[in-house]
Amino acid sequence: MIFPSRDFKVLSGFSSDLEARGVLCSPEPGTSQGRAMLTFMASDSEEEVCDERTSLMSAESPPPRCCQEARQGLEDGENAAQWRSQDSEEDLDDADRYVCSGVPGQPLGLEEELTLKYGAKHVIMLFVPVTLCMIVVVATIKSVRFYTEKNGQLIYTPFTEDTPSVGQRLLNSVLNTLIMISVIVAMTIFLVVLYKYRCYKFIHGWLIMSSLMLLFLFTYIYLGEVLKTYNVAMDYPTLFLTVWNFGAVGMVCIHWKGPLVLQQAYLIMISALMALVFIKYLPEWSAWVILGAISVYDLVAVLCPKGPLRMLVETAQERNEPIFPALIYSSAMVWTVGMAKLDPSSQGALQLPYDPEMEDSYDSFGEPSYPEVFEPPLPGSPEGELEEEEERGVKLGLGDFIFYSVLVGKAAATGSGDWNTTLACFVAILIGLCLTLLLLAVFKKALPALPISITFGLIFYFSTDNLVRPFMDTLASHQLYI
Amino acid sequence: MTAAVFFGCAFIAFGPALALYIFTIATEPLRVIFLIIGKASEGLKSINPDETAPSMRLLAYVSGLGFGIMSGVFAFVNTLSDSLGPGTVGIHGDSPQFFLNSGAYPLIEKTRLNKTFMTLVIILLHVFWGIIFFDGCEKKKWSALLVVLLTHLLVSALTFISPHYGINLVSTYIIMVLMGIWAFFVAGGSCRSLKFCLLCQDKDFLLFNQRSR
Repeated sequence: MIFPSRDFKVLSGFSSDLEARGVLCSPEPGTSQGRAMLTFMASDSEEEVCDERTSLMSAESPPPRCCQEARQGLEDGENAAQWRSQDSEEDLDDADRYVCSGVPGQPLGLEEELTLKYGAKHVIMLFVPVTLCMIVVVATIKSVRFYTEKNGQLIYTPFTEDTPSVGQRLLNSVLNTLIMISVIVAMTIFLVVLYKYRCYKFIHGWLIMSSLMLLFLFTYIYLGEVLKTYNVAMDYPTLFLTVWNFGAVGMVCIHWKGPLVLQQAYLIMISALMALVFIKYLPEWSAWVILGAISVYDLVAVLCPKGPLRMLVETAQERNEPIFPALIYSSAMVWTVGMAKLDPSSQGALQLPYDPEMEDSYDSFGEPSYPEVFEPPLPGSPEGELEEEEERGVKLGLGDFIFYSVLVGKAAATGSGDWNTTLACFVAILIGLCLTLLLLAVFKKALPALPISITFGLIFYFSTDNLVRPFMDTLASHQLYI
Repeated sequence: MTAAVFFGCAFIAFGPALALYIFTIATEPLRVIFLIIGKASEGLKSINPDETAPSMRLLAYVSGLGFGIMSGVFAFVNTLSDSLGPGTVGIHGDSPQFFLNSGAYPLIEKTRLNKTFMTLVIILLHVFWGIIFFDGCEKKKWSALLVVLLTHLLVSALTFISPHYGINLVSTYIIMVLMGIWAFFVAGGSCRSLKFCLLCQDKDFLLFNQRSR
């Protein structure tokens, strides 16, 4: 689920994905844990990621202020986007919202325009991490043999695909998908139940466990395979130190505070690791059907009134609790360690400035192009202002990262067209992201980010692999250019 | 050696496109979106109220570059991955066969170089064609559209004389230079503005850069 700042309603692909995968980064800490699948590491890792961030962030978020409450959860959690979407329709014309979120006294139209403008920039800020994640996954798939070897399947996909007939194989893949999706739905509902009954400690503990497993065990396996591929010897003490440092810093960055860039980097790496596990353990046809089914589930969970994601958001809203950040990748969240005390005198006039700090995270494109309408943030900014800054970022759920990377990685692993197919899928996903932004600007409510990108990705994959690739191969072999 | 070949060919083929992207597009998020989607939409235009609306020429340039990069990449990337040598990135199966079957090593090198330079010229040609085509559509100059189409067919047909790489490349480059000059004038340039630009006397350009910072 993508959701930009609070002002910007967004796309809720990720949370729905996470929901689907049982790793709901729901607002409440407990929900993500509920998702975690104890039996399989992959699921755990997904949940872990969600849980860790969610739990710590919710513990640390300051009490919501008057106009901040609705937003707070949004920033923090995946559900935020959906939640926000619910709120936004009501709050859209709320003067309070504009006082809190923008320069006081600005007309409504200008605020909306500026909001949308920020949206375009933030979508671009999402391109970079999504691209990076996909590059990591594709590079690993192409070079490390381990992730393309077939070494068994997940217990969630028990049916084998080594069947004599095509029909049987298709049936098995559909059954695998049904099992996987129902597991995800069950975990989501379990998560909702946990949240409803306020089992926060359970969720916290679950998140920590999941993160630990992901950051240490999966990293260890990955590092081992990469070293094997390049035939580099490493002794155990060095390996232990490396993995320990990586994992410990990751835990701190993800669950507590850390430099934004480091947080983002860890989230990208975690998503890539998860995607690699999926690519390895999901059989071919099952993977494609699961991708399609996840997109449909995402759509349903985000847009249906009775979807688990929506219910989660509503519950969090009723309780006025901050939404669990969970597995959310934020492009512009600023965590200042040791924030100044809340300054009541500045609350009323608190602006949502165009924050130069926010640009630090992805300032790779040079200086920001926004006009200097907003004042820079006050030095020693109060906590409220910090919340504002967090809101201004664009947040994309890690589930989106993971499934995009699974699609592109599968295309790289199994597509016989090699790079053409992989590139086509990559471009398809970026087009999907762009179109989701457009739809968001049109509909102004939370939308799932996964369906459009995955649909395009699937269409591009199958058509490129079967139609375009033979054509391009023939052209290339004769040095013809069209 | 294969890594050097890989990087050399990659930068020859994609260097100008990458430079164009970095210097003209990467700083503007909306242009990146245009590059990906390839056409403007009302929604995106409304997103950008206080900057100048993306002009049609900018759109033509960006979409031409996008098309060029995509066609260049699709044509060339498998060759690039082959040049890294067998057993490494991207080689699944019998991909370098056409190289090996063609016989002598010099021919392989000639083939690869030909592909490299053809990719470069195709990317640039797409940019120029895009600008001319959009302008022709806007001003309803059907002759421009026809010429773009015919030169496109001509360039493709030239590649059919496959073994004679020299003639193919040189004529394609000549066509590219002609298209470039035409696109320059279509986009509003003139000899005078060119002189100003080269001598760094173009005040508008300098002021524009200052403003956008």
